[in-house]
Amino acid sequence: MRQSTVEKGAAMLTRFANPARFMRLSGATLPWLGGAAAGVLALGLVWSLAIAPPDYQQGETVRIMFIHVPAAWMALSVYLFVAVASAVALVSRHPLAEIAAQAAAPVGAAFTLVCLATGSLWGRPMWGAWWVWDARLTSVLVLLFLYVGYIALVNAFDDRSRGARAGSLLALVGIVNLPIIKFSVDWWNTLHQPASVVRLSGPSIALSLLMPLLVMAVGFGLLFGWLLLLRMRTLLNERKAEALRLHGQPAPPRHRPTGERGDAAMPAARPVLR
Amino acid sequence: MAGWLGLFRRDIRLSLRQGGEVGLVVGFFVLVVLLFPFGVGPEPELLGRIGAGIVWVAALLAAVLSLDRLFASDHADGGLDLIALSAMPLELAVFAKVAAHWVTTGLPVTLISPLLAAFVGLDPAAIPVLMLGLLLGTPALSLLGAIAAALTLGARRPGVLVSLLALPLYLPPLIFGAGAVEAMLAAEGARAHLMLLGAVTLAALPLAPLATAAALRQALD
Repeated sequence: MRQSTVEKGAAMLTRFANPARFMRLSGATLPWLGGAAAGVLALGLVWSLAIAPPDYQQGETVRIMFIHVPAAWMALSVYLFVAVASAVALVSRHPLAEIAAQAAAPVGAAFTLVCLATGSLWGRPMWGAWWVWDARLTSVLVLLFLYVGYIALVNAFDDRSRGARAGSLLALVGIVNLPIIKFSVDWWNTLHQPASVVRLSGPSIALSLLMPLLVMAVGFGLLFGWLLLLRMRTLLNERKAEALRLHGQPAPPRHRPTGERGDAAMPAARPVLR
Repeated sequence: MAGWLGLFRRDIRLSLRQGGEVGLVVGFFVLVVLLFPFGVGPEPELLGRIGAGIVWVAALLAAVLSLDRLFASDHADGGLDLIALSAMPLELAVFAKVAAHWVTTGLPVTLISPLLAAFVGLDPAAIPVLMLGLLLGTPALSLLGAIAAALTLGARRPGVLVSLLALPLYLPPLIFGAGAVEAMLAAEGARAHLMLLGAVTLAALPLAPLATAAALRQALD
């Protein structure tokens, strides 16, 4: 019974993971997703920047939070996405999972950068400094370095598939280390800094502020989905163009170039493993 | 076990006899520490307070600097393929190479640290804690660094990339190692820090060779 569920799931995964079908489906979804993201973000921005009341303590500065907090959520969840996609890529060796991880990483890094920049803008009036070695800030900074390391590693090899596999392993190492780094930074921070930072940790955030925040979070999620599909399609097209240039025909989906030119010219000579 | 010891001894012998790499690492370590007084000024109070942090940062940089020789030369001359083909599990071979790396980098850095502690005017009472911390923490530097070294094998600019990948992973040992000395100076007791530092190393001990071996396999694929 369970076996068949697993098999059905695997079959479904393969069905949607077929690059040609992916291109067709994502092409149809893309405009809807982009439109939804634009609509929700427009609604959220107007609501959070113009309609929502200013905070009784932070005044108008609180509006930075509507960008900052969703960006921080996305920064973390996109890293998780990259790690899961990498794990799938390593286990099933499916090219689409690799492409998903590679397409998501720069978007996640951008969210992390937005989170840091808006946090810094918020910190100047609130804490009186652009940067404080607060535990959360420091952890997010480390997260940015993990993203940058992943992107640099993926692009550091002449052999593209080698870069993809090294990047997948690094993403898994990073996701194991992230909680350890987070914990040690928290520990370090409690030792170095007295609890001087005032945060939004009152009883709870008011509903009038929470609603636009959630709308913005949904908008950021849709934006990520749209950018992800867009970038995946670009990467797939790039690969197709490259394969056409190399062999004058579209690459077989399981194509793995080796260092030798002669091998690359005859992709069919290599037995397909799955 | 004989194979393990053979590989371990071979790596140590190679790094001792090939152009004095051990001396190079220790020299770099000393030089980085000695740069700090020029950067922050010679006031003994300031140097004494940040001394442990300086020594730890220098130890991290020395570890990163020496990572490239961990697998790269064996990869270039084909020795790594033979090691991977041998009957010994690759994880075990990685462990032998990492142990040899620690003996030729982490251990000498630990042994010379009292001298540098004197240079930066660290309270002599804190020196045993600094050394114990380095003894517990530098194996983690070798273990975690091995992952980065294996991942960047054959990359276009491995040197810069290794530091980019390894340094974020080095944050926990740095925090607990330097924190141990600081806690000792603040009369809070270094025990908790040292135990956490040991925990980091113990966790890396089985996990890092697994990840490193996986990275090597796909590099040799």
